[in-house]
Amino acid sequence: MSPKAAKGAMGAAVPLLVGAAATPTGARLAGNAASEPGARESGSLQQMEAQERQSGIAGAGDRNGSMRDHIASLEAESIEIIREANALAQNPVMMYSIGKDSCVMLHLARKAFWPALPPFPLLHIDTTWKFREMIAFRDRIAAECGMKVLVHINREGLAAGVNPFTHGSDRYTAIMKTEALKQALDRGAFDIILGGGRRDEEKSRAKERIFSFRSAEHRWDPKLQRPELWNLYNTRIHPGESIRVFPLSNWTEADIWNYIARENIPIVSLYFAAPRPVVKRSGQWIMVDDDRLPLGPGEKPEVRVVRFRTLGCYPLTAAIESAATTIDEIVRETETARTSERQGRLIDHDQAASMEAKKQEGYF
Amino acid sequence: MQETLRFITCGSVDDGKSTLIGRLLWESKQVFEDHAAALKRDSARYGTQGDQVDLALLVDGLQAEREQKITIDVAYRFFATTRRRFIVADTPGHEQYTRNMATGASTSDLAVLVVNASKGLLTQTHRHARIVAMLGIRHIVMAVNKMDLAGWDEAVFSRIVEEFQPTARELGFQSYRPIPVSALEGDNVTGRIAKPSSSWYKGPTLLEVLEEIDVSTGSDNMAFRMPVQWVNRAAPEFRGYCGRVASGHVKAGDRVRIVPGGMESNVRSIIAWQSERSQASTGDSITLCLEDEIDISRGSVIVAASDPIPLSDQIEAKIICLSEHCLVSGRSYLFNLHTCQAVATITAIKYRVDVKQGEHLAARSLNMNDIGVVNLSLDRAVPFEPYETCRRLGSFILVDRLTNETVGAGMIDFALRRAANIHWQALDIDKSARARQKLQKPTCLWLTGLSSSGKSTIANLLEKRLFAAGKHTYILDGDNIRHGLNRDLGFTEADRVENIRRVTEVAKLLVDAGLIVIVAFISPYRAERDLARSRFEAGEFYEIFVDAPLEECERRDRKGLYAKARRGELRNFTGIDSEYEPPESPDLHLSTMAESAEECVQRVLHLLEEKVDANILRK
Repeated sequence: MSPKAAKGAMGAAVPLLVGAAATPTGARLAGNAASEPGARESGSLQQMEAQERQSGIAGAGDRNGSMRDHIASLEAESIEIIREANALAQNPVMMYSIGKDSCVMLHLARKAFWPALPPFPLLHIDTTWKFREMIAFRDRIAAECGMKVLVHINREGLAAGVNPFTHGSDRYTAIMKTEALKQALDRGAFDIILGGGRRDEEKSRAKERIFSFRSAEHRWDPKLQRPELWNLYNTRIHPGESIRVFPLSNWTEADIWNYIARENIPIVSLYFAAPRPVVKRSGQWIMVDDDRLPLGPGEKPEVRVVRFRTLGCYPLTAAIESAATTIDEIVRETETARTSERQGRLIDHDQAASMEAKKQEGYF
Repeated sequence: MQETLRFITCGSVDDGKSTLIGRLLWESKQVFEDHAAALKRDSARYGTQGDQVDLALLVDGLQAEREQKITIDVAYRFFATTRRRFIVADTPGHEQYTRNMATGASTSDLAVLVVNASKGLLTQTHRHARIVAMLGIRHIVMAVNKMDLAGWDEAVFSRIVEEFQPTARELGFQSYRPIPVSALEGDNVTGRIAKPSSSWYKGPTLLEVLEEIDVSTGSDNMAFRMPVQWVNRAAPEFRGYCGRVASGHVKAGDRVRIVPGGMESNVRSIIAWQSERSQASTGDSITLCLEDEIDISRGSVIVAASDPIPLSDQIEAKIICLSEHCLVSGRSYLFNLHTCQAVATITAIKYRVDVKQGEHLAARSLNMNDIGVVNLSLDRAVPFEPYETCRRLGSFILVDRLTNETVGAGMIDFALRRAANIHWQALDIDKSARARQKLQKPTCLWLTGLSSSGKSTIANLLEKRLFAAGKHTYILDGDNIRHGLNRDLGFTEADRVENIRRVTEVAKLLVDAGLIVIVAFISPYRAERDLARSRFEAGEFYEIFVDAPLEECERRDRKGLYAKARRGELRNFTGIDSEYEPPESPDLHLSTMAESAEECVQRVLHLLEEKVDANILRK
């Protein structure tokens, strides 16, 4: 099947398409400009653009000149990588997980190709266990950004009722995330896949190339990575093989937050502290996002002021107790954090070298 | 001074590179509590430090690395002090992973060369110093590590520092800063530990040097250059050239030139996010709009009109071989330079560099981790700058066309002028005139297959049939050519490539003379057969696979060569201890097990009737 035919089939059949792919750049849908007092998303894309025009590139997040230079050079490097990935691809796609890194990626892609729209679709792997607010946010961004947003769900997994509780986080992740991802990539016949992974997240990610080769089975072989010198990327592949591209490789969590502040990038309000119903499990706060979360005997949700440093599937993503309700407060909290961001990701701790094993199997 | 310093740690295995980085991360408070807890668990399981935490495990992130207790691939880690940010590439010390070390070095401005005080300078120390110098790193800090084990003996430190002095001078480092350290105990890494035995050292700590050193290259003061990555056609009337500024500044109104092409125009505007910006400089990712409509595509470079850059299809370059498959003269590779791509053929390996002494050694091929100087011939002229002047416009990679492997990394020294001065002599009587006179279409039939597969038999019969039909033919036979023209060549991979290159050129001359040429050569490598095909016009070259299983060829063994090879009397024999790569899509596939020689010839004649000349057998 030619990539083009595959792509057509994909849009029609399995993944659901949301958002107005045909919306021209200039005419964005009028979002809800005055956000609700409770939901502290930092403005719609429209508001953001208005602010940009007034203030120029340097934004409010800068505390001093050198931070501006540092973030500016990370931005320039990422834009170069995104443009390079696009120029070298036959059929590129950008992963969109709704989290803060995806929001930064989307923002960088829009900058890289301005005044054109980014010339590739976004792909979201929906495990059906995301926070409800994430899905609402995705649909709003899809409507506003004017890009095609592909959503893929592993229908077989869904029909079999695969969930994090009865199947365990390991198998659930393998079926609803990794397997779903492989299905979507195969059906779309994408050759270059942009993702928001960062080297500071985890020790096996610190080892990965910016342009990272995957076999036809989507496997990563950490012992056989292509040498990657300078800014020269070898994207030659045989049919079925693919390259994953990580434009945020050299960013840290603090860089991401400083950039979100500086550029006023909209993010899901779950990142901001608010009273939320939670239960304590193995010392971690799990949010009761809907009535599918089975409560143990004597387990009763309590309302705590919490926020999330990282967002994934709600039963597998722990909240932290925090009073940070503004971007500046989050930046300060991030810079003084004593634990890593992925501490709240339950799947990372399933087994030794867990992330490396998952990545080898095709996980992002 | 640069806000962010990119550096690598290099040196031989077990000199303590990963421990040193682990120490820097640990002491600059970059280790989160959950990571520290994991480190304690890992140290108990994989650690090499007994009850102590093993800081190397902070960077050796792959399962295989933790199990083998070595670094296999480069790890990129980030840390910051109040004065500077750092991106550090921890690179492997083993010789077999040198290519991963080169990966880390290519984007660094400084190298921390780690030396084990009790072992002194090793071959790998010299190799790494030479590679980092070649990759353009101008600043080297030598961390003489494990001073605790050497009893903080000042003489040990001084001896190593002096021994390296001549190399540092020869390699042209701008700065060479030796520091005695103990990564394990933390002395002189980020702080000084008050030990009477180490009080003789009065210099700065490693972190102090890293915070203070100025590694700027002045690329901001150079002329403007920007390779075009992508042409933005957001609207029919909009044409923006996207790229990252490789050097210099640009502002609206500047006169620029496009290379190749040579057209000139003025910068109309520099597009930023939803606005225009007044100027841009080195490192900025921008979109340029010009006053005139010029055809510019990916791979072109937009440069200051007053100071353009060279354009050449013949270059001399330094190359590091990154692959287990050697780089050989005569073979062609995909060539990626900034945003442009070409096909490069290594026309000569001038010499290989001895890593320890820097001597120039004669070489026919470059093996994995070898460094050499080569001449490259490209299929089209590309815009570049010498690597010394601009890393971004002078660096390239070589990619194998069949395996897609990155096989080499190169740095351009300069353009060779030769090619420009030798022009093809146009002659009045040409190929088509000679072909008309002979009433035939000149063709090359390329027979490839194992020794004793039947190539010569088929070639001989085929020629008789064509000759009888009045055709003008010639057979180039592998054995016969090796008696004369290729008498100087052996059977190594490099020699086989040269063997085929020469025979390709001879076949091409004979086709030019109007003949039907039958080439009967083992020609074991796809790359050379593809190269041969590329030297002919479309419809002139036919690859015919003369196929017989190895056991059958060995049974026939017409010249007794397989028996010799099996006895070990003949080295590099195809099928035995040298590889044969069968054609993936030959024009004709003959099986000499299933078909007689006569039947095979019949099928070749059918091919000729179908593709070349329907009346080929008619006088």
